[in-house]
Amino acid sequence: MEDMIFYDRLQFAFTITFHYIFPQLTMGLSLLIVYFKWKYLRNNIEKYNNAAKFFMKIFAINFTMGVVTGIPMEFQFGTNWAKFSELTGGIIGQTLAMEGMFSFFLESSFLALFIFGEKLMGQKLHFLTGFLVFLGSWASGWFILATNAWMQHPVGYEILDNGKFVLQNFSALFTNPWLLPAFLHNQLASVVTSSFVVASIGAFYILRNKQTQYGQLFLKTGVVFGLVSSILLAFPTGDWNAKNVAKYQPASFAAMEGIFETEEAGAEIVLIGQPNMVEKKLDNKIAVPNVLSFLTHQEWDKQIPGMDQFKEEELPDNIPALYYSYHIMVGLGTIFIGVMALALFLLWRKKLYTSKSLLWVIMFLVPFPYIANITGWYVAELGRQPYLVYGLLRTSDGISPTVSSGNTLFTLLGFVALYMLLGLLFLVLVGKTINQGPKPQTH
Amino acid sequence: MEVFWYIIIAIVLAMFFILDGYDFGTGIIHLFFAKKEEDKEVIAKSAGLFWDSNEVWLVAAGGMLFMAFPTFYASVFSGFYLPLIIVLWLIIFRAIGLEFRGQFNYQMWKDIWDKSFGVASLLLALFFGIALGNIVRGVNLGGVENGVSTYEGHYFFLPLWDSTFSPLSKTPGIIDWFTIIIGIISVVTLAIHGANWIILKTNSSINNKLKKIIFKLNIALVILTIFSVIVWLKVNPNALDNFITRPYLILFPIIYLTGLVGLFFIKKLKKESYGFTFSTLLVLGGITSSLASLFPVILPSINNVNESLTIYNTSASEYGLSVALNWGIIGFILLFVYMIIQKRLMGGKIDKMDYGH
Repeated sequence: MEDMIFYDRLQFAFTITFHYIFPQLTMGLSLLIVYFKWKYLRNNIEKYNNAAKFFMKIFAINFTMGVVTGIPMEFQFGTNWAKFSELTGGIIGQTLAMEGMFSFFLESSFLALFIFGEKLMGQKLHFLTGFLVFLGSWASGWFILATNAWMQHPVGYEILDNGKFVLQNFSALFTNPWLLPAFLHNQLASVVTSSFVVASIGAFYILRNKQTQYGQLFLKTGVVFGLVSSILLAFPTGDWNAKNVAKYQPASFAAMEGIFETEEAGAEIVLIGQPNMVEKKLDNKIAVPNVLSFLTHQEWDKQIPGMDQFKEEELPDNIPALYYSYHIMVGLGTIFIGVMALALFLLWRKKLYTSKSLLWVIMFLVPFPYIANITGWYVAELGRQPYLVYGLLRTSDGISPTVSSGNTLFTLLGFVALYMLLGLLFLVLVGKTINQGPKPQTH
Repeated sequence: MEVFWYIIIAIVLAMFFILDGYDFGTGIIHLFFAKKEEDKEVIAKSAGLFWDSNEVWLVAAGGMLFMAFPTFYASVFSGFYLPLIIVLWLIIFRAIGLEFRGQFNYQMWKDIWDKSFGVASLLLALFFGIALGNIVRGVNLGGVENGVSTYEGHYFFLPLWDSTFSPLSKTPGIIDWFTIIIGIISVVTLAIHGANWIILKTNSSINNKLKKIIFKLNIALVILTIFSVIVWLKVNPNALDNFITRPYLILFPIIYLTGLVGLFFIKKLKKESYGFTFSTLLVLGGITSSLASLFPVILPSINNVNESLTIYNTSASEYGLSVALNWGIIGFILLFVYMIIQKRLMGGKIDKMDYGH
């Protein structure tokens, strides 16, 4: 039983981590594509149009990857988490089915039109198709976050005698206090990833001294979008989410902040340290007193319950992983603001395009927003443990009753092998597209 | 309300098999009959341009099934664990085959991804047919051994095969000689459908040859269909009772037969789209007839201990289903609009269309 749960969780974690590499780019990138296309409509300068079309190629590759790795996510609810699906399908089935209905059809139909139909449609309609792709991909984020918000903070349900969750109030699924902050935070994080990708490609072109007019355009756009979204990511949306965790999941809050013992007057904020689960303390700790209480409650000496206030079975089952994920996310977010602020300052002083060392940094920074996004999701998911539906349905009660651990290990190994191949091909293809660049080719 | 959602999901599922079905069929034809590079390219393109928007129908069907019949979703997806995951892998192989073949201009590179596309399509058609065969045949719900359930009555788990390979076994596997026949029917049907799609969408040099192939495959399909009905009646003597007690359901086999008869005139048809219409009827009729033969059961139990799964004992709450109806109607109207727009802009032959990212 134990290894069964372990393999089910590992397979879901692996497949969703790999999957989320792609949508996090497409959601943010669609916004930047709409921006480029809109600029082109306004000023009629060809390079903006080429930029939009170039990034739509990158979008399309990522979209394909997102589709083929996304179907396994939907299927796994049934294959590996059958009991969970049976009990909650009447509720989260709503939001998942709506995602298919309202976002995938929109996104896939208009993506094809954007790529193939520019000449047929004219520029205004072409812009509109781009906008609809953006709308579709953000709607997808909205419905997935609505699903997740219900699991984090269940609302609008009733539990029957047989344990089934039954929908009581449909609109509650969308007015869930967890949803809006989580959605905004997630979408901004996606904009951060795509801005960094755009800036990174720009830096690459400038450093390579090829297609530099596109390099400058991408770098400038990426830096401006990147700075604005990084700041909004921390404040107000990051702050808002942290307050929600403190309010609705106090045990997870204590674990992610690394508070082992409750302090009488005011909790410190931990900057660095390693959780020592044997002695229940942080090793090598660097912390600032009282700041966490202030950030959470705007009162310096307000008490925040530590992990000692909760029973073992209410605490997340992997506290170090949760703690590290949270601190990696916050740490990286802070670095992003710093780098992008510096880049914007140099852009203003007209020195950015010649600051070689910063361009190298921007170019190689590109994996880190991906890491920050994914660790952010780990915070949400590990923090929800040991529950699937917070406080109501335990993870161990959600797995498929008839699938053995041997079968899950088999499929997990298959996914690992296949996704390695897929990842390799993806890199080759994206590399090739970036290498060609946005300059229109003469046939 | 359950019946309503059952019909909606059946339509969405049928749409998936009609639309992505021609992609599978295109892959099968590509694997066996495309010899020249120009043909290979244009045939791969006729699937490559459309597969991802077609696959969305599978996602939609899955989502709706989850929402409307969660118990069925949970039972079937965990019970058919291995074949479903293998289908996912095949879907990935097909997709990368289509997306990667045109990326580099080396013959070996193209050959690898052509095979990946072709073989994955063939196996997908086979597996989906086998899946349908399993649904029609029924499973050992509750994992009954010696008259006692080993799980809750609505769960089961099927191995890929049972040592007897017989549908009459007490614990049949996914693959037995009955489901294999349905699998082969699915391959032949979709090959016909794919060939019609190629004729409709391309000017490939094998279009005329494909008409002859369709004709031959159609003869094979008639034989297989008759054979499968005989076998089916042997596996389950009551298989066709539904059509007697509810005579209006005969409409669905008639759809199938119309397609079957129509395709014999493939060489004389005035418009290429007629051939595709007939094979669409074939796919539509085949799926709806199978579902209609079971209605309102959606997964028969082959033991006497546990009840079959029906649309009534697996559905979500009445409130949930009726709320979903409201957004479902809006969703389908929007979907209809997208399809019209897409059809207007991407209709016609695709030979000259620019493809490859």
